[in-house]
Amino acid sequence: MMAEPLIELRDVSKRFVKTLDLAEKIVNFAGGNLREEVVHAVDKVNLHVDEGEVVGLVGESGCGKSTLGRVIAGIHAVSGGAVYYRGKDVTGLSPEKAKEWGLDVQMIFQDPMSSLNPRMRVRDIIGEAPVVHGIVDAGEMDNYVDDMLLRVGLDPLFKRRYPHQFSGGQRQRIGIARALAVRPGFLVCDEAIAALDVSIQAQVINLFSDLRQDLNLTYLFISHDLGVVEHLSDRVVIMYLGRVVESAPTEALFDEPNHPYTIALLAEVPRIENRGRKFMPIKGEIPSPIDPPSGCHFHPRCPHATERCALEQPILREVAPARYSACHLNDEA
Amino acid sequence: MEGEIPTLAVEGLKTFFFTKLGVAQAVNGVSFTVRKGEVVGLVGESGSGKSVTGFSLIGLVDPPGRVVEGKILFRGEDLAQADEDRMRSLRGRRIAMIFQDPMMTLNPVLRIDTQMIEAVRAHEKISEGDARIRARDALVQVGIPSPDERLKAYPHQFSGGMRQRVAIATALLHKPDLIIADEPTTALDVTIQGQILHEVQKLCRETGMSLIWITHDLSVVAGLADRICVMYAGKIVEKGKISDVLDSPLHPYTNGLIGSVPSHNRRGQPLAQIPGMTPSLLNLPQGCAFHPRCPRAGASCLVEPDITEPAKSDHQVRCVNPHLETS
Repeated sequence: MMAEPLIELRDVSKRFVKTLDLAEKIVNFAGGNLREEVVHAVDKVNLHVDEGEVVGLVGESGCGKSTLGRVIAGIHAVSGGAVYYRGKDVTGLSPEKAKEWGLDVQMIFQDPMSSLNPRMRVRDIIGEAPVVHGIVDAGEMDNYVDDMLLRVGLDPLFKRRYPHQFSGGQRQRIGIARALAVRPGFLVCDEAIAALDVSIQAQVINLFSDLRQDLNLTYLFISHDLGVVEHLSDRVVIMYLGRVVESAPTEALFDEPNHPYTIALLAEVPRIENRGRKFMPIKGEIPSPIDPPSGCHFHPRCPHATERCALEQPILREVAPARYSACHLNDEA
Repeated sequence: MEGEIPTLAVEGLKTFFFTKLGVAQAVNGVSFTVRKGEVVGLVGESGSGKSVTGFSLIGLVDPPGRVVEGKILFRGEDLAQADEDRMRSLRGRRIAMIFQDPMMTLNPVLRIDTQMIEAVRAHEKISEGDARIRARDALVQVGIPSPDERLKAYPHQFSGGMRQRVAIATALLHKPDLIIADEPTTALDVTIQGQILHEVQKLCRETGMSLIWITHDLSVVAGLADRICVMYAGKIVEKGKISDVLDSPLHPYTNGLIGSVPSHNRRGQPLAQIPGMTPSLLNLPQGCAFHPRCPRAGASCLVEPDITEPAKSDHQVRCVNPHLETS
């Protein structure tokens, strides 16, 4: 048995239910047949992240990657399955005990403007949580905030400013400083650089790499941008419509993708090396998670789909050492 | 080809915004040409003036912004001097625009067929039945399945990718000579972006339509465009054939941008980053606007550099100290 993973998900599901409103209940009472709509945002996902590892979670919009990130960060409660953090089940913890876990897992959001309180000064945004949680004394707060700002590459002189006085890249640095202020071991970054310009993106990516080395951080890096994920991650997990379809070490995945969806996704990534290429896209769009296709969710768009794919859900299993894929094609080979 | 009038020739275009805080020189002396059937990528970061350039071409700059100088020669006719009636007759018929957010193009309370038929009949006197056929054909052209049913739908019943296709189909209704596309795939998923790029590329090859593709994403332009203009702080700092510019960039900014693209870098290695951030248009640095961030900056950079062709013809750069050794 290897070292215990930092975080482990076992059959984690997250369902969102749209309950019937009063009018719809009346319609049903009068003989209508309206049902509650259930969205399986995350469907029995198994995932583990080892200490010090950077895992990239990739998928298109609506695949459930952000929901999964929020489940891991403790923002959403699970609808099924269990989350283990350092070997302990944290799904049903009392609020007291959950606090310790919550401090250790911090989240960085896509849009720093909507995740920073516009009426608070940077000093309070970063300093409030560590003081409340007793990490630093109130008297030490200013020095502590200065350290945090320096760490993310901002001038401590800015700490009396408000978020709107910063550029997008600087705001994202404030978001990172706020997350780091409670001394977490694990950061969930949800599209943390998607909203930034290319040159600023590179700066923040480098910041993430530096922080990882300095503070021995573990990341779950959620993104739709395969180029960024390839650059940062040790391991990549691909999601499609609520399920994990493939998981592999980064180099193996980019060199030899196994699942047809991964292959299609990699083929579509525009690369600066490819000039005047012919775009050969996969057909169709992501189906609605309210009414997902039967069997393998990808089969209506898959070029290799057989009858079996429409009937039976493929399970995620090891196809090569440390490589997992959920595709029936692997059974035939 | 020599002697042929280009579809579009922009000469010294200046669009300024007269705000309370001062004059923002959003587009400051931009010149480029688009030949028939050519795809030109206009690349830059936010605030570089790439979108304002696009809006200026089609006469859609709102106050306090104004085109203050320069020529916009569309097939020889100067649009900067054209009156609103003339612009109206050109817009949507000979020049069309596709926006980043298709909901900007589509009216949410009208069905697709109403909007597309209106767009056809705004410029041509044809019957509603013929206009409907035209609209239907345009939807087929951009790869929308079951177009007859889709015509009867409302915009909210489409997915983001499908909406963008409808917007492109609407732009295609009059078979324009020039389409200006402002970040049309930025909000879309990778596989959907691939589908749209595929359709657009096919259309340009088949119809000889010219296209200006405005984007911040060098990787998209690398696959699509024939030529590229890189903008920084309201000016084109480098332009040329896509392979010349991307393989041997002359301007330090272009070089830095290419270095910042993660897929271009070795995994685990730090990305070559450009320090600092884009300057405010209200308070531009003296001389070359890039010099405070430039690793090659010197005293000579405090004077505004001219456009030169130091390496190859048709590969121009606005820099006194370009990267020549790499070419």
